[in-house]
Amino acid sequence: MIKVRKPWEISESKVTPEEIYQQRRLFMKAGGTLGTVMLLSPWSNASASLVIGDYQRNVITLDEEITKEADATSYNNFYEFGTGKGDPVKKSQKFDTSDWKITVGGECGKPGEYALEDLIDSSAIEERIYRLRCVEAWSMVIPWLGVPLASILKKLEPNSKARYVAFKTLHDPRQMPGQNRSVLQWPYREGLRIDEAMHPLTLMSVGMYGKTMPNQNGAPIRLVVPWKYGFKSIKSIVSIDFTEEQPSTSWNMSSSREYGFYSNVNPEVNHPRWSQKKERRIGEFFKQDTLMFNGYGEEVASLYDDMDLRVNF
Amino acid sequence: MLMSQSLKSPFAKPIIFVACLVPMAVLIWQAFVGDLGANPVETITRDTGDWVLRFLMITLAITPIRVWAGNTAIGRFRRMLGLYCFFYAFCHFLIWFVADHSLDLGDMIEDIIDRPYITFGFSAFILLIPLAITSNNAMVRKLGKTWKKLHKLVYAILILGIMHYLWLTKADYLEPGLYAFIAVILLLQRLPGRKKKSVKSRTLADVPLSTKAKFSSS
Repeated sequence: MIKVRKPWEISESKVTPEEIYQQRRLFMKAGGTLGTVMLLSPWSNASASLVIGDYQRNVITLDEEITKEADATSYNNFYEFGTGKGDPVKKSQKFDTSDWKITVGGECGKPGEYALEDLIDSSAIEERIYRLRCVEAWSMVIPWLGVPLASILKKLEPNSKARYVAFKTLHDPRQMPGQNRSVLQWPYREGLRIDEAMHPLTLMSVGMYGKTMPNQNGAPIRLVVPWKYGFKSIKSIVSIDFTEEQPSTSWNMSSSREYGFYSNVNPEVNHPRWSQKKERRIGEFFKQDTLMFNGYGEEVASLYDDMDLRVNF
Repeated sequence: MLMSQSLKSPFAKPIIFVACLVPMAVLIWQAFVGDLGANPVETITRDTGDWVLRFLMITLAITPIRVWAGNTAIGRFRRMLGLYCFFYAFCHFLIWFVADHSLDLGDMIEDIIDRPYITFGFSAFILLIPLAITSNNAMVRKLGKTWKKLHKLVYAILILGIMHYLWLTKADYLEPGLYAFIAVILLLQRLPGRKKKSVKSRTLADVPLSTKAKFSSS
């Protein structure tokens, strides 16, 4: 079945200086209805410290069909649990995310070890429906639950030297069998420039489809950067570091020719493996055109005004 | 030898013919019941691609097995196995052309030029075509010694096929590495120095037509 999708219509006004107002005007369709969902997901961890109760529904929405939950939770790239798409759901079910700690360090006023509830105000959790574009030329539309990363970073008081934010995934080969093989250098590392990290679209997510985050999707806490290729949205985060220098990132370390630090979704920059001009939306047979910045250009293009995106791909 | 005898049985060929269709039947069944996963196109592409390499290697293993085991009966399945390699290659090409390129020739050509792994894979597919066309008895007879030369292309196809798989791999080289390893063995086994020992290593083209008739009736 071919479904003709409307491109995301964006209003013309570009004069509003406060980015945030623009976001709200564009996205807040349901006006922040409060939704309560029983968390009875098969993946929910009884001992998880953070409880998602009420959350703001539809804070950011899309006029596109949401990917089937069964697909989004069974077709995953999470090499910590194996390189096959079906490995994460099979091999992550015993992954223990209780008593999760995140170590914060580097150029900030509040370094230390934090529990999830220290960083995330569970009453501030909102639902945002974002496109997810994998560098492998497939895509999904996922309803995430989380808080803007900026709200977390501000609590940690980055200082003036903090030009980048670096993240690491848990390194625990006993729990993450994929780490027994050196397909990538463990732990998995990702990073953002501080303005990208503080951007209102950048989300720290703790759930999806109204439930706590399934293990295979990056429990208990993961990043979601909708205008970048999926591998930038690092999963199962245990460390946040504020740095002055651009941090090294896993896929860039694996092949710098193929994966740049920025890795913004860009149909114009050719990749040696996959054409980035088109993507297969999971659930569809034919491919559709890939949008610049994954369709979030109006919000984020200004971050890269003075950059050649062919060089800084 | 029981093995040798069962291979000579008149049922052997039809049984192998049907067995080679099983991977395709499984895919069709999975498509029918909706069991191809979240990305069915990828599953079909990967699966048919795997079978191209497997049939290619099985086909190339026939001659060494015949020589080492002294089992001549096995040789008569080689053509069929080679044609199955082509069959799966055609399916592999078709799903890519239809689903990934929406039957757009320009789009397809751009992909072939831009991406080395597609350049390798597509070249291998193109080279398979003349081998499939010249696989019948009439062509073998007509081409004579040229047939033998022409069908040496299979080694280039093997190398291109392996490069195709290695080049499309992102990080986990375990599986393509395994295929590459088997390919290297199959190629080394055919080095000129070794060939002198293999007295019985004859291709279909070497076999006089009179004995060929005997071959298939025995």
